[in-house]
Amino acid sequence: MKKVFERPKSLKDTPSHFCPGCHSGLIHRLVAEAIDYFKIQERTIGVASVGCSVFLYNYLDVDVIEAPHGRAPAVCTGIKRVRKQNIVFTIQGDGDLAAIGTSEIIHTANRGENITVIFINNAVYGMTGGQMAPTTLLGQRTTTSPYGRDVQQEGYPVRMVELLSGLEGSAFIARAAVNKPANLMKAKKLIRRAFEMQINNMGFSMVEVLSACPTNWGLKPLEANRRVEEEMIPCFPLGVFKEKIQGSEDSRG
Amino acid sequence: MLKKVFIKGNEAIARAAVDAGCRYYFGYPITPQSDIPEYLSKVLPKLGGEFIQAESEIASINMLMGASAAGARSMTSSSGPGISLKQEGLSYMAGSELPGVVVNVARCGPGLGGIAPSQAEYFQATKGGGHGDYRLIVLAPESGQEMYDLTFKAFDLADKYRNPAMILADGMLGQMKEPVLLQPPRKMDLPDKDWVLSGAKGRPQNIIKSLYLGDKELERHTWQLWEKYQRMKKEDVMFEAREIKDARLIIAAFGSCARIAKSTLRQARAEGLKVGLIRPITLFPFPEEIFRQASIDTKMFLTIEMNTGQMVEDVRLSVSPGTVVYFYGRPPGAGSLPSPDEILREIKKVYEPSSE
Ligand SMILES: Cc1ncc(C[n+]2csc(CCOP(=O)(O)OP(=O)(O)O)c2C)c(N)n1
Repeated sequence: MKKVFERPKSLKDTPSHFCPGCHSGLIHRLVAEAIDYFKIQERTIGVASVGCSVFLYNYLDVDVIEAPHGRAPAVCTGIKRVRKQNIVFTIQGDGDLAAIGTSEIIHTANRGENITVIFINNAVYGMTGGQMAPTTLLGQRTTTSPYGRDVQQEGYPVRMVELLSGLEGSAFIARAAVNKPANLMKAKKLIRRAFEMQINNMGFSMVEVLSACPTNWGLKPLEANRRVEEEMIPCFPLGVFKEKIQGSEDSRG
Repeated sequence: MLKKVFIKGNEAIARAAVDAGCRYYFGYPITPQSDIPEYLSKVLPKLGGEFIQAESEIASINMLMGASAAGARSMTSSSGPGISLKQEGLSYMAGSELPGVVVNVARCGPGLGGIAPSQAEYFQATKGGGHGDYRLIVLAPESGQEMYDLTFKAFDLADKYRNPAMILADGMLGQMKEPVLLQPPRKMDLPDKDWVLSGAKGRPQNIIKSLYLGDKELERHTWQLWEKYQRMKKEDVMFEAREIKDARLIIAAFGSCARIAKSTLRQARAEGLKVGLIRPITLFPFPEEIFRQASIDTKMFLTIEMNTGQMVEDVRLSVSPGTVVYFYGRPPGAGSLPSPDEILREIKKVYEPSSE
């Protein structure tokens, strides 16, 4: 009989700490699939950020270091500059990447650091109990925007993909979702492409993945999936926003 | 290769780093340490290393953390406000047991303060600085030569203990030109870095972290760090003691202040005053034992610092019962460097000739 589904080799066989309906587990799996696809498990180094992705080393069977909140891109930079043959990546949440770590992500992208960032946007601070994030939707209620995010008070959701696409150091910038099979398949391709960019020495690559957080959104998993489709995607459109072509003038590969 | 050169203290630090095998430097400009990044930006790329002027001191300490985790000898340097920004990273590095060298060419605070020499970061350097129960190895040079020698040593000690090490200098030591013999001291026998992140090839994954949520896990980890600090106290304390055998009064001072106090010492002895000096070179581990021993016979100590009283607390904790520890401090700022005469006056205020 043909095996149609198995655990990627670089994904560890451990119980998940993610809440039911959370998309983080799926996203970790897609990263593991990309690592297996390129057969780079033995030379990949992961950087765990502070948030729900802090336990990266429990899921991915690669070398891992834990970075301070928001600083993963700087830690990746230090590793990659020393070990250019290794594949260096991080998974960051939206508080981590788009609030406290804004400076690090912008300058890492701008330097064209040859690393890969997987950016999980769940529109809240998950680990600390669902507070408002820079990516919280307008009108969205969180534990620190109890009346709904108000433009006058809190400004607009930050679109990091659009922001980083404008930097010349960025080689590949895309946004994906995993709320339904078709999106999941696209996300898988984009994450694979981001790693491929690094393997080909093209510079900074990032894929933002929209993620449901049923626990902190106060929704059932299916309702949360629907919110991704009906509210998040209109605010954070999916697709490839920047892609350097190998061998072109602006590529380093 | 042996060379005597006439260079600034900052350059001595940069050259020592290169001689110690450091090939990665991450920094952000701030006076009075900018000669260090300026020198290394010229030299490191030619040696196959990397120099990054980071977007902030926060980024640079985290780059250091990454480079160190990747197994490389690496360094960052800064001063006052920049060192404050590095504290979170230092705490993570200590908690994750990562080596690395951080140079503080101290200037004045609080706030923007000023750029004059200062010793007001003694507490920040030796008592943790960032969050959590940890210590840095802290070395305090007093000359251009020591800027070189101690920087070299800092890399060895950091690797020996898997702990960040700090050079606590100041603007005077950094900017002053002095003859420096570029002779690398003997390298210590150091343990293999089997914990490095290099890709899990033919071995289980390596994990470098500071989060411990399991039952009693963090307590165990913290005690292990503590044991390391105890070992530092046993094996790697450094100090200089001058004329303490017959001393009635012993000056305690470190860094620039000790350098100035040495002139005072000569004057005092010329005048027949029995004065000695103890200069801690490792501020952590603090040379407690020499203070305890010396104060069995000498009951008068005078601590001199360029601050309102920081190291004096460690001196008081270290001396034997019945010892009086006086303090004379000049909070740092333009024109606030204590002079040898001034220190001599302070000595005379408290010095009581022996009744014998
Ligand atoms: C300097 C610092 N500030 C605050 C925190 C507390 N903290 C831990 S996780 C987190 C938010 C994480 O949110 P996000 O990055 O969106 O990731 P998620 O938990 O949603 O995966 C915060 C604020 C911290 N650990 N360090």
